[in-house]
Amino acid sequence: MKTRNLALATLAGAVLCSTALTAAEPVKVGFIYVSPVGDAGWTYQHDLGRKQMEAALKGQVTTKFIENVPEGADAERIIRQMAQDGNQIIFTTSFGYMNPTEKVSKTFPKVTFFHATGYKSGANMGIYNARFYEGRYLNGVIAGKMSKTNVAGYVAAFPIPEVVMGINAFARGMKSVNPKAEVRVIWVNSWFDPGKEREAAMTLIAQGADMITHHTDSTAVVQAAEEKHKEKGTWAFSYHSDMAKYGPTAQLSGTTHVWGEFYIRTIKEVLDKKWKGTNVWGGMKEGMIQLAPMSKSVPADLQKQIVKLEGEIKTGKLHPFAGPVVDQEGKERVAKGKNMSDSDMNAMNYYVQGVASAFPKN
Amino acid sequence: MGLNFISSILFATVVAGTPLIIVALGELVTEKAGVLNLGAEGTMSVGAVAAFAVAHHTGNPFLGILAGMAAGILMSLLFGISALTLMANQVASGLALSIFGVGLSAFIGKPYESVALASVEPIRIPLLHKIPVFGPALFEQQGLVYFSWVLIVLVAWFLYRTKAGLVLRAVGESPVSAHSIGYGVVKIRYQAVLFGGAMAGIGGAFMSVFYTPMWVEGMVAGRGWIALSLVVFATWRPARVMIGAYLFGGCMIAQMFVQGSGVRINIPAQALSAMPYAATVLVLVLISRNRSTIRLNSPASLGQTFLPDA
Repeated sequence: MKTRNLALATLAGAVLCSTALTAAEPVKVGFIYVSPVGDAGWTYQHDLGRKQMEAALKGQVTTKFIENVPEGADAERIIRQMAQDGNQIIFTTSFGYMNPTEKVSKTFPKVTFFHATGYKSGANMGIYNARFYEGRYLNGVIAGKMSKTNVAGYVAAFPIPEVVMGINAFARGMKSVNPKAEVRVIWVNSWFDPGKEREAAMTLIAQGADMITHHTDSTAVVQAAEEKHKEKGTWAFSYHSDMAKYGPTAQLSGTTHVWGEFYIRTIKEVLDKKWKGTNVWGGMKEGMIQLAPMSKSVPADLQKQIVKLEGEIKTGKLHPFAGPVVDQEGKERVAKGKNMSDSDMNAMNYYVQGVASAFPKN
Repeated sequence: MGLNFISSILFATVVAGTPLIIVALGELVTEKAGVLNLGAEGTMSVGAVAAFAVAHHTGNPFLGILAGMAAGILMSLLFGISALTLMANQVASGLALSIFGVGLSAFIGKPYESVALASVEPIRIPLLHKIPVFGPALFEQQGLVYFSWVLIVLVAWFLYRTKAGLVLRAVGESPVSAHSIGYGVVKIRYQAVLFGGAMAGIGGAFMSVFYTPMWVEGMVAGRGWIALSLVVFATWRPARVMIGAYLFGGCMIAQMFVQGSGVRINIPAQALSAMPYAATVLVLVLISRNRSTIRLNSPASLGQTFLPDA
């Protein structure tokens, strides 16, 4: 009797111990970044999300990141290394990691992978992305209302659908309040080259654009607008991060990515074993896209209007690509009364009306 | 409106070409002494971060330039020790220096990534800046732009009009002969290498303190490599370096003006972006198509290790 009790007690103790152990053992979560974290930009926003998640799930997870990982063959080695090191959840945060992530995910079926901005998924590989275009549309509305020259300049990296979508959304927002508005685009063919980005911004300003925005990674465009603000009255909209620090007078607003809530939610799902494959494309409703705080130079009634439109985007009443959507050539892409489908948006390879530049054909 | 455009294009061209001119002229002198230092990209990066840090802490952009120069000299000293004293392979030493410098600058620069630097007011040359079109484009520039012009004249004068320049070229042509008539080949090569490093450092300082007043990792973005290739395409002639640099800068700015004009032209943006590279190579190849002038100008011992007592 006594011995049985003892045995039971030991057993219970062992069980308790082991559960206590597993509870105390935090899950390792890894992140792969394409560029240095820095102080603003795409990777910086992901790292903010990582920190927020780590603080919220304190004790349950430990995180680790590797920055500046080139896309391509090298990425596979590093993702594999991360899985081998015992990371159970791995986020790969750039488009070019798609194939390597998929490959590694097949050899580590017990690890859960998440790839940002791609289109390949699997049993243990989820996809996530943000509806950047919602913020772009609202930025466009502000630009359309406040522009004196009716010209906006857009410094863009590469002509891929994600970037084109942003240009078109901005143009549609601008045109919705200003029929004379036009958007001019300069492609710098680089995600990150502050010198070139700056030159492109300066060129657009010299050619009459008084609203400037960018889809590149540095703060150079906002800084250029700040420099020319006094002389030319140039305003700027930041992208990825709030860059008000770099354009204290010139920045009116911007489109920012907020990944923290998504990371917290997803990791909880995986930890609770409730996760079953995700393809998350979140926008303002999910809080994954937010407007950078509007500066006091945006008139109060316009601020009110933007807040109202933001609410309408969240409820789905307003869709930046609600029909009719007509492209530059006059061809109708979406009929009146319909919204563009997600897959059509992700394959956008034309400019809408309101963009003045020619579409870069491949 | 039209004149304003020309003025802005010209202005931007000169700004874009300036770091290339300064760095390429430094490398030109180094190569004329027979040393191939491929470390320009890394040296520029370290110069850029050093200049930014000092300009930020002291609030004085001029001290920033000096710091960039000092950092460039230190970097090229490393190269000198490796390639000249220890007689390691020059190509390998230079490549290593580039990789090291880019990494080192990222490491030193971490705390400065969040710092913004006030842009520096340009220097207006009295009277000249009032010339229509050309005045605002050429004579309302940063001090380093004027420095780059002076540098072209100085380098050309030094190489072709002074005895020291003649000796330096002799060392580059035939180190064995120069050595046998009593010139210190290694010492002269050291001086040339340090000068090249100093100029690369100043070029970096121009990038981080004047061109885009900020520091971010990777901001030099390949300009060190462009400067290196300019030296070759310019067939080691200072004036051609200037032509090449402005041509490169000018094409880059011009293609942006075409894109930004809002006029619909059906040329792929990628092709437009490649144009500066293509045009610069094409023009410089045309200028220097005469093979004998290339042979005449290219230092015969370029890239070869010199063993004094061999």
